Amino acid sequence: MLRYILKRSLSLLVSLLIASVVIFAAVEVVPGDPASYMLGMNAQPDTLAALRDELGLNGSLIQRYLGWVGGMLQGDFGVSYTYRTPVAGMVADRLAVSLPLAIYALALSTAIAFPAGIWAAARRGRLGDTMVMGATQLGVAVPNFWFAMLMVLVFAIGLRWFPAGGFAGWDKGLWAGLHSLTLPAIALALPQAAILTRVMRSALIDALSEDYIRTARAKGLTRGQALRRHALRNALIPVLTIIGMQFSFLLAGAIIIENVFYLPGLGRLIFQAISARDLIVVESVVMILVFGVIVVNFAVDLAYAAVDPRLRARE
Amino acid sequence: MIAFRLGLFLVLVVLGAAAVSLVWVPQDVGAMAIANKLKPPTLAHPMGTDHFGRDVLSMIMVGARTSIAVALVAVGIGMGVGVPLGLAAAANRGGWLDEIIMRGNDLVFAFPSLVIAILITATFGPSAVNAILAIGIFNIPVFARVTRGAALSLWTRDWVMAARVAGKGRVRISVEHILPNVANLLIVQGTIQFSLGILAEAGLSYVGLGAQPPTPSWGRMLAESQTMISFAPHLAIFPGLAILFTVLGLNLLGDGLRDALDPRLRRSR
Repeated sequence: MLRYILKRSLSLLVSLLIASVVIFAAVEVVPGDPASYMLGMNAQPDTLAALRDELGLNGSLIQRYLGWVGGMLQGDFGVSYTYRTPVAGMVADRLAVSLPLAIYALALSTAIAFPAGIWAAARRGRLGDTMVMGATQLGVAVPNFWFAMLMVLVFAIGLRWFPAGGFAGWDKGLWAGLHSLTLPAIALALPQAAILTRVMRSALIDALSEDYIRTARAKGLTRGQALRRHALRNALIPVLTIIGMQFSFLLAGAIIIENVFYLPGLGRLIFQAISARDLIVVESVVMILVFGVIVVNFAVDLAYAAVDPRLRARE
Repeated sequence: MIAFRLGLFLVLVVLGAAAVSLVWVPQDVGAMAIANKLKPPTLAHPMGTDHFGRDVLSMIMVGARTSIAVALVAVGIGMGVGVPLGLAAAANRGGWLDEIIMRGNDLVFAFPSLVIAILITATFGPSAVNAILAIGIFNIPVFARVTRGAALSLWTRDWVMAARVAGKGRVRISVEHILPNVANLLIVQGTIQFSLGILAEAGLSYVGLGAQPPTPSWGRMLAESQTMISFAPHLAIFPGLAILFTVLGLNLLGDGLRDALDPRLRRSR
């Protein structure tokens, strides 16, 4: 196991290193000088030079890369060119919207997918199953930002149950915050729930065809009991993998939904930073997201290896 | 089988509309008629008119071309690069080439695709070509992984051994024997990536990073309709339905093809 952990850790470090180089290089080729963006068209050359110096844009590529990575290792993600505030603080502010939104959406999608998947698997091939599977086909095909617009039309403009956009802020209380995140969370959850329902259903159906289910039935358990006590637990592994993947997707993938609802989340921060050529924000936020995904994958791999010795042997 | 036929029907309708729009549309999408603006659906304009008085049905027909072209070329990029990589990785199983290709795959998967797509279009300027590039890059690891996975199991077959005994090298075996046997899977995966590409293109043009005006695109029609949704909901409903039916059709088609091409998969579905 130790050998496996060491090998995976090494591969984790290499991945992070390559990711940081790729992100740095990608952002470097973005045309446009941040200093001239900040000072406008009529800036004096000496003011420009002074600002470039202040922003640390004058060093060589390698110096700037090392400065960026070194800073991040110490928790310093740089200072935004446009807002003149530390990036770390901005990210923390935006995470206060994006993280609860992702958790909210994931909770909704799980709450829909578990019962729907179990129900469909238990009625495999019958009308209920066909209906659930039809609904999931629609769920994965609906563009979520369009679904969001339709919900705004019905629940915000028509029925006035929810705001059409914006975020109330957590200082107004938990309820006000959740209330303004409800429509975005539903829009994000819908396709995820459809995917998760399908995974849940097919994992359960696979598990139900195993020998231990036949044994359990032979012992006198009903089909439902065998499903709940034995099949469900074994079907959870692929389902949890998908939930893990969906969480990292929801954190970064809400850009478009954040745009529909004018939510001040992480996605909108990246979007605005790219338009304003606020490169340091783009670099750091993308790196944080990639870091999150790589580390989550690493943790999942280790957890599997701990549970299933066959995975260790395969490496 | 009903699902497959429905999928085929939907896809043919969309392809047909796109093809017809090359030679005929109900109304020129460049022609504005302000006096006729924001009309709800009528016989003359079955999907209504937009804020410039343009016919929504005509715009959706022309927009289908953009969606299909972007998604199709993005699938082409994914297959063109991903399949050879997957074949090479499988042919060198466990070797350094396999390791590099698979780690590279993991790395691309770790990047939030939408963020990178936005970064690419922001770097090189918003356009349909850059949208294709942004979507295509993320298709590469998908095809590489599918190809490698399928090819690995084929390499253990007797007929591969026979080909090796006959003196064929890894490249020739990959091209002449492995590739034809993974083609089915690639067609199915291609359909899925095609439908994901349609959704991605719509999302990118919705935030203004896809095809630029005056080229009609479904995503931008939705973005433009957002401020008018309370008094002209038809502007939001029809382009959205076009995306929904196209993606639904492709998914149903893909599922049906998978069942037809690989009956073993039917068991768990």
